[in-house]
Amino acid sequence: MKILYLFNYWIVIVIMLAGLYAVIASSNLVKKIAGLSIFQASVFILYISSGKILGGTAPIVDSSVPADVVFSNPLPHVLILTAIVVGVATTAVGAALIIRIHRAYGSIEENEILEYEE
Amino acid sequence: MGLQESLLLVLLTPWVGGVLLVLAGRWPNLRDAISVVTSLLLLLAVIALYNHAGNGTATPPELTLFTMLPGIEVGFRLEPLGMLFVVIAAVLWIINTIYSIGYMRGNNEKHQTRFYLCFAIAIGATMGLALSANLLTLFIFYEVLTLSTYPLVTHKGSMKAARAGRTYLGYLLGTSIAFFLLAIIWTWALTGTLEFTPRGIFKQDTDAASLSLLFVLYIFGIGKAAIMPIHRWLPAAMVAPTPVSALLHAVAVVKAGVFTITKVVLYIFGPALTREIPASEWIVYLAGTTIVVASWIALRQTNLKRRLAYSTISQLSYVIMAAALGTAYALLAAALHIAVHAFGKITLFFAAGSIYTATHKTEIPQLKGIGRQMPWTMAAFTIGAVSMVGLPPAAGFLSKWYLLMGAMQLQAYFVLAVIVISTLLNAAYFFPIVHAAFFQPADDDTGKIHEAPWPVVLAVSCAAVLTLLLFLYPWPVLSLAALVSGATP
Amino acid sequence: MSAHLLILLVVIPLFSAPLCILLRRSRLVWLLSSLSTGACLLISILLLQQVYRSGTVTYMLGGWSTPLGIGIEYRLDLFAALVALFVSLVGFAVALYSYTSLQKELPRHKHPLFAAAYLLCLAGLLGITVTADVFNLFVFLEISSLSSYALISMGRDRAALLASFRYLIMGTIGATFLLIGIGLIYSHTGTLNMSALQKVLPALTGKASIQASLAFIMLGLAIKSALFPLHLWLPSAYTHAPSAVSAFLAGTATKVSIYALARFIYSVFGKPFVITQEHIGIALITLSIPAMLLGSMLAIKQQNLKRMLAYSSIAQIGYLFLGLGLSTVASVGATITHLFNHALIKSALFLSLGCIVYRTGKAEISSLSGLARQMPWTMAAFTVAGLGLIGIPLTAGFISKWALIRATLTPDYWPLAVVILITSLLAVVYIWRVIEAAYFQPPAPGSTGRTAEAPLGLLVPTWLLVLLSLYFGIQTTVNFGIAVKAATALVGG
Repeated sequence: MKILYLFNYWIVIVIMLAGLYAVIASSNLVKKIAGLSIFQASVFILYISSGKILGGTAPIVDSSVPADVVFSNPLPHVLILTAIVVGVATTAVGAALIIRIHRAYGSIEENEILEYEE
Repeated sequence: MGLQESLLLVLLTPWVGGVLLVLAGRWPNLRDAISVVTSLLLLLAVIALYNHAGNGTATPPELTLFTMLPGIEVGFRLEPLGMLFVVIAAVLWIINTIYSIGYMRGNNEKHQTRFYLCFAIAIGATMGLALSANLLTLFIFYEVLTLSTYPLVTHKGSMKAARAGRTYLGYLLGTSIAFFLLAIIWTWALTGTLEFTPRGIFKQDTDAASLSLLFVLYIFGIGKAAIMPIHRWLPAAMVAPTPVSALLHAVAVVKAGVFTITKVVLYIFGPALTREIPASEWIVYLAGTTIVVASWIALRQTNLKRRLAYSTISQLSYVIMAAALGTAYALLAAALHIAVHAFGKITLFFAAGSIYTATHKTEIPQLKGIGRQMPWTMAAFTIGAVSMVGLPPAAGFLSKWYLLMGAMQLQAYFVLAVIVISTLLNAAYFFPIVHAAFFQPADDDTGKIHEAPWPVVLAVSCAAVLTLLLFLYPWPVLSLAALVSGATP
Repeated sequence: MSAHLLILLVVIPLFSAPLCILLRRSRLVWLLSSLSTGACLLISILLLQQVYRSGTVTYMLGGWSTPLGIGIEYRLDLFAALVALFVSLVGFAVALYSYTSLQKELPRHKHPLFAAAYLLCLAGLLGITVTADVFNLFVFLEISSLSSYALISMGRDRAALLASFRYLIMGTIGATFLLIGIGLIYSHTGTLNMSALQKVLPALTGKASIQASLAFIMLGLAIKSALFPLHLWLPSAYTHAPSAVSAFLAGTATKVSIYALARFIYSVFGKPFVITQEHIGIALITLSIPAMLLGSMLAIKQQNLKRMLAYSSIAQIGYLFLGLGLSTVASVGATITHLFNHALIKSALFLSLGCIVYRTGKAEISSLSGLARQMPWTMAAFTVAGLGLIGIPLTAGFISKWALIRATLTPDYWPLAVVILITSLLAVVYIWRVIEAAYFQPPAPGSTGRTAEAPLGLLVPTWLLVLLSLYFGIQTTVNFGIAVKAATALVGG
């Protein structure tokens, strides 16, 4: 079952598109940021999926572990930790901006704010 | 003083003078004295250079400043055509400086320090342009000349001046960026050099279509030569004070344009190749058309300065036409006409400015009887007009003579016809002014002589005398022009 | 020592940033940020000299070796050294400028925060130039982007907030695309090191996922570098940011993204794959033409001068992509030259505009009337830098234009030379509008007509860049000679 074999990747695509859709379609700034986070989360899953090796075990090298054991690749996890930090920081900056926007305009709906700007 | 030092001195004097006169800006008398002294020094340096190099036997002096792009240096080299231009510009600058002082004070113009500074920069750029050793150096100074004359053209500072400045800059900068620069880079791509080389730099096997297109790009790119349809900036620039018009029409700007075209024909294409390029024939026709049409428009102008402006456009195309013909006599005529027209036209402009300073008259119908009020000015005007028409004993006769010879040689009947028609038209738009000035009574004749300030009159007279002298003793200029073209006069 | 210099380029601003917050005093903070950016400038000059003399410098962070471990390699070749030089140069000038400029734009207690974000941004940008690891590049890109969102939001106008937010959305989408691309490459090759990737990737170019990763990376970086039509975030961001920030970002941020794009094309995927097989070059050229023409036309229409310069940047980015797309040594050399020159020129323009905003409080073209008489030095700086943008000889802009046109004069691509020339004619129009307003229009009837010249704290850094843009128009060994060398090494003849 090829389709099920690529299950993770199908999920990635669905989440990615859902996130992008939320960013583009919603006028509410908080929803935009939420969409952005979902979009980023899909990439995290993409990375982690590629690190998993079927039948692989946790990559803890120890003298007790036999030599022929297959490990999962730990590097994608390390990378994605960094990317998650970046994502969290982005969300934080975005949220902070929304607070400031709300104070300045009294709204977090993009179309309303644009009316103020006109 | 060696040749090298003279060259350096010629290049540097205007710039140093510019700096000094800015420093002296607070004391107008000192500032004006510096202007005069600088122009005299420049002439001395030019004479030194001429004495060394005028006979064409010495090895030409060279000077390299820096390497701008790999293989292209900003540098200078003396050759006869450049020498010719330098002599004209230096001589006329002195007269123009004296005239400016009288004019600017007489009319109480503002920002005189800026005016003299820009003037000095323009002359410095002209020197650099005339002596440049390659096209890139020439292009740099060409653009410096455009930009430094912009504040002069817009000197009045009004919105009208700004609009005229926009036209001026739009045409000159636009053509130079869009066509001239493209032509230069294309030349560089084809040949790998931009050095001015006798007999040209293009290889034998360059295809004719590229060469034709390049030739057209050069002619239209050098907007300062004001061939139609890129002539509009010249009448627009008439808002400027008269000394600036003289600078534009006689000393530097348009002369730089036709000089550059002649230089490109001589040292980039080479005369032999120019004759072969199909486009050169079309340029001859276009230039001929420009001559006739511009003369016709000049005839219909009632503003004196505008009439002179269109006269310039038609005279410039003589040089373009002669250069595009590419024979020895035609090139001799081209080089000579640069000089001859400069002296004649500066006389005319000075006279127009003198009339404006003394009486504030600008329209031709107002000039009835003015010859009695301003005998010196109008005598000079007459000499200038005779030179423009091309009659002896004024210098204009010389270049027309050689151009006729060149046209006869080629049996180019179109050129002959153009010369005949334009001579008639020239006579038709200049001589009625002279006639009205001397032989018709003025509307407000007081019978008194009412000349412009003495520096103005002095400058006008000098210019007129030089126009006559150039006919009687043409050798200093003629020998250079002969060296340029290889023709025996 | 010299190897450590490489990492110091990132470490100095990175560690100065938190120090700024601890220092608190506005003047001290300014001193620190000036010192550390000055140190960066010095180091990048030293590094450029070293790279020029003895070749690429490399540095292993923490001493891990690459092939097996997760050691991160830092490497500086001529291209990177040149980019690092102009980034730190602009960074230094803007740091000097920011102290006086911020007095009117930001409450005093926020100055340390500004300096911290500024230094972080600089650290990120310099990091991109020195790293040889694609994931590390992503991290540095996000460090610089996140801090630039913060910097833009410090603008006086509340519209700055919205501009910053939109930039954040677009920027993050771009960065995430980049991240996807990197992930796909990694899952196929198991390495993130650029030189290792360059060796293994050519064998994998048939794979759909590698092709997809190329598409993701190109798209992500094109958003970051504001290539038309992905430029929509840029004009508002530059318009509403504080003057110093506009100058800094206009000079460096998009340029460094283009640097990263060039790196991916030539040093990761390789020219045969990207240009010959996937025809990315044609795509870049096709997009660069409307970028140049529309960018310039929109610039002409703007009333706000900051916005005008922003649209002009979009046109200039078109030039840069044109050179990348043609993908010859000459054209990439021209792109590198123009990266350098345009960074100086555009920053100088924004800085002189900042002087005007400092005195008049406005950046509208109508507020310029008669300003040349009141602020002669500022307007002179704007004029000279503007001539550079047009590409008048003896300015750095002329060198760029020369190189670019020379690169397009080939039998196939010569019409592009015409597009370049039209663009520079349009530049004459929008620059001259400003000059006419400042030099010819009488002061507006309502105004006092008494605007003082900008203080020295603003004029000195502005003129520093203006004079440098003239210097590099005459002495072209660095911005042209080295650029061509760098392009030769990159494109590989």
